[in-house]
Amino acid sequence: MIEVQDLSVRFGEAEALRRISLTLTPGERLGLVGESGSGKSMLGLALMGMLPEQAAMSGRLTIDAHDLSGAADREWREMRARKVAMIFQEPMMALNPLRRVGDTVMEPLRLHLGLSKSDARRRALELFEETGIQDPEEKLRQYPHELSGGQRQRVLIALALACDPGILIADEPTTALDAHVALRITDLLTRLARDRGMMLVFISHDLAAVARTAETVAVMYGGEIVEMGPVGQVLSDPKHPYTKGLLHARPTITGGELRKRLPMIPGNVPALADLPPGCRFSGRCAVELPHCAGTRPAIHAVGGSRSCACHRVPEVMDGAME
Amino acid sequence: MQVFLLRRTLGFLATILAISVIVFLVMNVLPGDPSVTILGIDSTEDARAALRAQLGLDDPIWLRYLHWIWGAVRGDFGTSYFFRVPVSDLILERLPLTLSLAAFGTLATVTLGILLGVIAAANHGRAGDWLIMLVSQLGIAVPAFWLSMLLVLLFAVKLRWLPPGGFPGWDDPVAALRSLILPTTALALVQSAVLARVTRSSALEVMRLDFVRTARASGMTRGRILGRHILPNALVPIVTIVGMQVAGVVTGTIVIENVFYLPGLGRLVFQSIANRDLFTVQALVVLFAAIVVTTNFLVDIAYVLIDPRLKGRLS
Repeated sequence: MIEVQDLSVRFGEAEALRRISLTLTPGERLGLVGESGSGKSMLGLALMGMLPEQAAMSGRLTIDAHDLSGAADREWREMRARKVAMIFQEPMMALNPLRRVGDTVMEPLRLHLGLSKSDARRRALELFEETGIQDPEEKLRQYPHELSGGQRQRVLIALALACDPGILIADEPTTALDAHVALRITDLLTRLARDRGMMLVFISHDLAAVARTAETVAVMYGGEIVEMGPVGQVLSDPKHPYTKGLLHARPTITGGELRKRLPMIPGNVPALADLPPGCRFSGRCAVELPHCAGTRPAIHAVGGSRSCACHRVPEVMDGAME
Repeated sequence: MQVFLLRRTLGFLATILAISVIVFLVMNVLPGDPSVTILGIDSTEDARAALRAQLGLDDPIWLRYLHWIWGAVRGDFGTSYFFRVPVSDLILERLPLTLSLAAFGTLATVTLGILLGVIAAANHGRAGDWLIMLVSQLGIAVPAFWLSMLLVLLFAVKLRWLPPGGFPGWDDPVAALRSLILPTTALALVQSAVLARVTRSSALEVMRLDFVRTARASGMTRGRILGRHILPNALVPIVTIVGMQVAGVVTGTIVIENVFYLPGLGRLVFQSIANRDLFTVQALVVLFAAIVVTTNFLVDIAYVLIDPRLKGRLS
């Protein structure tokens, strides 16, 4: 169980995350979507206690009843691998190039679980099989540079699962991979989370991947969660103007033919320090009101378990905006 | 691997041969007449001419080289003009002292340099890093002979903890080792300052790589990440510099042995050059060159042992 309440992360004046609140129940799979700079990776790192040293965090963060708000690295170390694990984007250098991948996976097994060398080896072999690595016996003895990108990512997943964590955070795990490999990795993560009853936080800018993987989706912009809800509902019927823009900007094949020009959200994601104090999306929003830039929108409940942070939600709910 | 070793061995022999030619040529075009060295300034021209003929000094240079190199291959480096004993005896007598000094110097350099470099990197941007970098900057700037004199003044003259110089021989190992402490320190301090800086920057570069984040995410302690993940990956530049420093330490013994009155090869080099002792100088230069070339060879092998990705480049 993860409980985040009013979590903010600051770098000096700039707010990288602003008052994030969310709850994850055991076995739940959450997708975090947003453009680069939206704060989704920062939120992932915050859940691992691995924010950069200069970052100042405030708010409450509880994982499995451990209050980790302001916890020291020593406390976090006890959580990592055993409670929360994380896999990252670039699989090329994400593994120590001087070590056989088997030894890398065995390290936390021996260190955290105190397994003997042969037990750790047996366990690593099982993990390799579980993550769908071909010829696992042989792969244990190979070095990262001898594996393909997809295989390396599977090794990283095996490593993350080594100490049987209740939560897996996957930060853009497929971005560096070929499309068909990416698809298999996404499905593997979904299957593993389901089989193990493990919480999954799937961070991606790829809406299709999130739709495949997650049950709940949180759309992030400018360090805030602007919209959250069951993935099917949010993607089929977005409430927030940003989510709508994001969905429109996707290349889709309609009637067998690719649309010539993709619609875009006007403007660029502003730098952290230049974000407007009120609604983060103001300045780029198509349905903006004069007070949007200065006033922070409240988080409105929009039916069922859905929420949306937009000043115009009441009108959206009335259907006046369609 | 065999192909690699064979090629490197041939390269090694070719290098040594080339060095021997250069050394021989240089020593023979330098002014100075060995016959004067042997017979003294007061000797008659007739006597000198007779001696030159006897020593074969009037032969053409290529013939003299062939004589010399053929002897050297069989372990006969000629007879010292100055000491009047076989050069090989001179060298063998002094080799243990210089090798010990060079070995201790290298060991101290590596230990101190890597330790300080890692501590600096671990405390990047904080006081410890700042202090180590300041001290190592000073260390690099200080010449070894001057440092030697300061060490003698402090530890031998003022505190009287250690002998100021000289070597009592290996019969008393404790006294022998005690007399090597100051020379080793003088040799190692400057070199380890250089190594500390290289270690620090290499470690800092590795720290930014993704696998360090992976190790952190696996709940590893800082010490373990530093020792087991960062340091091994930082070793390639470190080993390169250590290889060059072995050469620095070996040639550094020339100065250090003279400052501390140690009867080793370094002192022998100095004496032989001053005395125009051709055969001794030639043998010593080739020996020093061989040590340096061997070190480079070992460094190349170390690369492959450190980094499995380099194995493909061997053949």
